[in-house]
Amino acid sequence: MFPAAFDYSAPATLDEALAILGEHGDDAKVLAGGQSLIPLLKLRFAQPSLIVDIGRIPGLSGVDSENGTVRIGSRTRHRDVEAASQLRGRLDVLLAAAPQISDPLIRNVGTIGGSVVHADPQGDWGAVMLAVDAEFVLRSAKGERIGPADGFFQGPFTTAISPDEVLTTIRIPSPSGARTGGSYHKMERKIGDFATVATAVHVVLGDDGRITRAGIGLTAVGPHNIKAKEAEAALAGQEPSTELYAEAARLAAAAAEPNSDIRGTAEYKKDVVRVFVQRGLRDAVKRAQGANS
Amino acid sequence: MNVTVEVNGVEKSVDCEPRTLLVDFIRTKLGLTGTHIGCDTSNCGACTVLLDGTPVKSCTQLAAMAGGRKVTTVEGLAQGAALDPVQEGFHVEHGLQCGFCTPGMMLVGKALLEDNPNPTDDEIRWAISGNICRCTGYMNIVKAIQHAAATKAAVKEQPAEPAGVS
Repeated sequence: MFPAAFDYSAPATLDEALAILGEHGDDAKVLAGGQSLIPLLKLRFAQPSLIVDIGRIPGLSGVDSENGTVRIGSRTRHRDVEAASQLRGRLDVLLAAAPQISDPLIRNVGTIGGSVVHADPQGDWGAVMLAVDAEFVLRSAKGERIGPADGFFQGPFTTAISPDEVLTTIRIPSPSGARTGGSYHKMERKIGDFATVATAVHVVLGDDGRITRAGIGLTAVGPHNIKAKEAEAALAGQEPSTELYAEAARLAAAAAEPNSDIRGTAEYKKDVVRVFVQRGLRDAVKRAQGANS
Repeated sequence: MNVTVEVNGVEKSVDCEPRTLLVDFIRTKLGLTGTHIGCDTSNCGACTVLLDGTPVKSCTQLAAMAGGRKVTTVEGLAQGAALDPVQEGFHVEHGLQCGFCTPGMMLVGKALLEDNPNPTDDEIRWAISGNICRCTGYMNIVKAIQHAAATKAAVKEQPAEPAGVS
């Protein structure tokens, strides 16, 4: 298989890339690691007339934190998130999810921003972004805007990003010193397969041991990654308990809208959501409790 | 467009279409057919090459993305008549049956040992989890990479002794 013909541009600066995208709009497609886009090009599901390779633009990758916000460059590879030990105890859900994405060779190339913007409903990062209430910094030649993860994912491979925009940075609120924990549970038939079901859980505990806030994102159980808001609301302000987890898990399963397919029936997938959210909350709270002891 | 890469230590500059996949560039434009095309869907890892030392699936890279970078293929492993320790490991431990996945497996093994000279069996299995062997020869592939780790460790202790061909 090989892609339909396209022109190729590898701008050296972000401004140059944004100017090109401003000019070509929908005819152009941004290439980062290519681990989702190149398969689409080969299958000819995507046939852009111009590929804008942002792989040579400096300053788009890396993980740092500033004033209680963790910033992840959009072109940061999955393997570099996997290795970002400074996230331990702050955003464990990212460290839990990263090594479960596809396989090691794909993680050597694929990027977090590319995955977010690709917005495959079976993609892992979308659920994580929803769980941690990430914000996306979207740049175009006209300026910059911030898009919250909640509402960004609109349908299969469809997001709030415009054709002339590039996702440059992912910002995640992460006050230092907070007691947080996270987990990512994923069912896949084999390494490298898409998720049958996966769940992202992020919790913050207060000094009194109660859950200050909980974030829950779901993968592969709807037209896009889903934020289980009712489950999150049921957890906020509560004392952690097995009964509470069970109730939140029930609400999360109710938020799932899976289809029956070769990986399982809709009913089955909903039940896996329930079980995974229950386990995910237990593991995440345990991590958060351990952080200060 | 013109793409210049350093392939197995030699700089090559070749014209190709922008849509040329790295694996086709390597096989057709450079004539290095040791890099295989298996599934062509980034599942199997038969097309694995090292890009600046990191294993990637060359069926899911554009040749243009490799411009200015170093590509190592299976042909770049041996130094003259001397096999790379990872090749020697596959030979001694019978790490292959049909041989189709072998170039990818060996390159992943080589990259792993650069990062982690003394891996556990689990770490090896984790590293090769993006590469499929349909002869189901994983046991011997793990042994082969362990053999290479041991060879490299021995060579490090006695730097005067070159890695031999068995």
